[in-house]
Amino acid sequence: MRTVVKSLFSVAMSLALLTGCSSGTSTTGSSQPGQPAQPGTSETKPAGNTELSFFYPVAVGGPLTKIVDGMAEEFNKENPGITVKPVYTGSYQDTTTKIQAAVQGKTPPDVAVMLSTELHTMMDMNAILPLDEFIAKDGGNEYVKDFFPGFLANSQVDGKTYSIPFQRSTIVLYYNKAAFKEVGLDPEKPPATWDEMAEYAAKLTKDGRWGIEIPSSGFTYWMYQALALQNGKNLMTEDGKKVFFDTPENVEALQYWVDLAKKHKAMPEGVIEWATVPSDFLEGKTAMMFHTTGNLTNVKNNAKFDFGVAFLPAKKNYGSPTGGGNFYMFKGTDAKKQEAAWKFIRFMTEPKRAAQWSIDTGYVATRKSAYEEEIMKQYVKDFPAAAVARDQLEYGHAEFSTHNNGKVTKALNDNLQAVLTGKADAAAALKKAQEEADKVLASFNK
Amino acid sequence: MGELRAKWKVNVYAWLLLLPSLIFLLLFTFYPVWQTVILSFHQADLGSPEPFFNGIDNYKQMLEDDVFWKVLTNNLWFALGTVPTSVALALGMALFANKALRGKGFIRTAYFYPTVVPMIAVANIWLFIYTPEYGALSHVMDWFGKGDMNWLGDQSNVMWAMIFMVIWKEAGYFMIFYLAGLQNISQELYESAAMEGASAWTVFRRVTFPLLMPTTMFVSIIAFTNSFKLVDHLVIMTKGGPDNASNLLLYYIYETAFSFWDQGMASALTIVMVVLLLAVAAVQFFGLDKKIHYN
Repeated sequence: MRTVVKSLFSVAMSLALLTGCSSGTSTTGSSQPGQPAQPGTSETKPAGNTELSFFYPVAVGGPLTKIVDGMAEEFNKENPGITVKPVYTGSYQDTTTKIQAAVQGKTPPDVAVMLSTELHTMMDMNAILPLDEFIAKDGGNEYVKDFFPGFLANSQVDGKTYSIPFQRSTIVLYYNKAAFKEVGLDPEKPPATWDEMAEYAAKLTKDGRWGIEIPSSGFTYWMYQALALQNGKNLMTEDGKKVFFDTPENVEALQYWVDLAKKHKAMPEGVIEWATVPSDFLEGKTAMMFHTTGNLTNVKNNAKFDFGVAFLPAKKNYGSPTGGGNFYMFKGTDAKKQEAAWKFIRFMTEPKRAAQWSIDTGYVATRKSAYEEEIMKQYVKDFPAAAVARDQLEYGHAEFSTHNNGKVTKALNDNLQAVLTGKADAAAALKKAQEEADKVLASFNK
Repeated sequence: MGELRAKWKVNVYAWLLLLPSLIFLLLFTFYPVWQTVILSFHQADLGSPEPFFNGIDNYKQMLEDDVFWKVLTNNLWFALGTVPTSVALALGMALFANKALRGKGFIRTAYFYPTVVPMIAVANIWLFIYTPEYGALSHVMDWFGKGDMNWLGDQSNVMWAMIFMVIWKEAGYFMIFYLAGLQNISQELYESAAMEGASAWTVFRRVTFPLLMPTTMFVSIIAFTNSFKLVDHLVIMTKGGPDNASNLLLYYIYETAFSFWDQGMASALTIVMVVLLLAVAAVQFFGLDKKIHYN
């Protein structure tokens, strides 16, 4: 009998939880005694202390949770009356999913790090808070202007700022200087144009070594976007309502990518796995690679040969999309908590902290003034490769992001992969991707 | 009167015992299923802040969706590739592990261990095995001069690579069921067969195999449903790529729900999958079941 009572009890509890979580009918759930106060509702707290829930993902190697938790602790010490509770929420995808669930249950976190490209999706869900009010009250645009425009591009729409850059990356070209020497190329002169890259790659290819690898399994659109940017302009409008996949320039960009394998025989055919490209490079199986700056520390620590980091080669101009995560705040949280959350964001993005974060992780420091910090100057002096990504930011653009981003990105990814695996030709596939994307975006263009 | 009361008492007692699990079943199985059915008739995606009823639009759209047909055919090939082979292999392994005199425990453990490894870990191991150039398989293929084969990055190879891995993972699990089945076959039958001088093949065909039929049916249902349920490896290895060549129905449902945030369509896809699995289970239970000896 006891077990029955116990089970009934737990059922009753879960029922209470369910009603508590469900959106509309909150009359039964929230009035029950003993129910923990839901974060986000305007509950009066014991005077003085504001508790903030902070969700964050980890996407690169290293003890990042420790670093983030340490930063939060430091903040708590400096700000009596505010307690930030960092919650590690898995990958970017997991974090988004958890936040989605929390938003739908009307208990959003007070502050969170999500992909910068979630902007339009989050706006469609009416989940995120524009930050302009806080910015205006807190010294105005001075703060925002200090961020690199390439990073800020994914934060702003219709003149409003919705997120603050935090852990950001971009694509760079890594090359093996020893291999360059071996085939008679100048190791201090990485390829600067598409033609040079194709020529060098072909020269560097030999049995057991490819000239270049551009990964195409997970972030196909990201790599392609780099090529498209180098040949003219971005793949989408700033408001995320239109895409331009099938322009002649973009067809040419995709053709160039395929030709590296098909025509120049300098890259493996088929789809190349994102995660194995850095190990291929470290093993000497490829002499050059396109990859995120997030891998810089990894390559630096593990390369047994002299390597260089360079801008991605140009066709019409240099170009690379940015990537990574930003700070967001959510609608439906208490005003006092919002003030505190803003304070926390300011704290986490202070130039000194941005510099240290960059050194610890390999992410690019998001603010110009971070590079004026003494520790950063020293770091760049000892390791000049770290400055390449920053310098390339002059040609950095918003990462691909549209309304209904998941679906549009998949339409593009699928068709790019069809071309890379030789099942479709560039023009036809991009036309198909364009049509699919137009269909998905139609309801946002009304 | 007393008898009826006693009966009633027994019934109440039985219901009370069933109640906890029944409530959980209702709450966490039937209620969500019902909600899913309802949601599948609604448009509930990013473009519509409030879900609204749209009849069978989701299902209509599904029929026009190339990716849906692609993942469905993929899934059927995946089932066709994994189910018969892994079941047959499991039977062979069970017979061998049962016969082997020396190292019986070792052989059983060796066959069973892939089952114990979590799918995510398996996927990571095989990701390395399938890596071109320096993966384990590439070293073997090098002897035939084909070391640079791109197993996961080529549309025509990737499905085979997945099927092979899943057979490796699943066969050991099914072997356990067959081993249990073999224990249940009376030794007398084998003794009398030996007296008759029946060949090993005849014994297998006439005694072992028919008596294992209940196990075979059970195992093939499990194998079939698994071929629809197992998608963890896709997250690690291919994300359904290249161009959906390795994508499966459940992973597509996941993408639709948590990447496209189209809950209406995801619900409709879920319903299709549930109906499909129920239909197969029904055919196996009510069709094949009659042809099986249970003694």
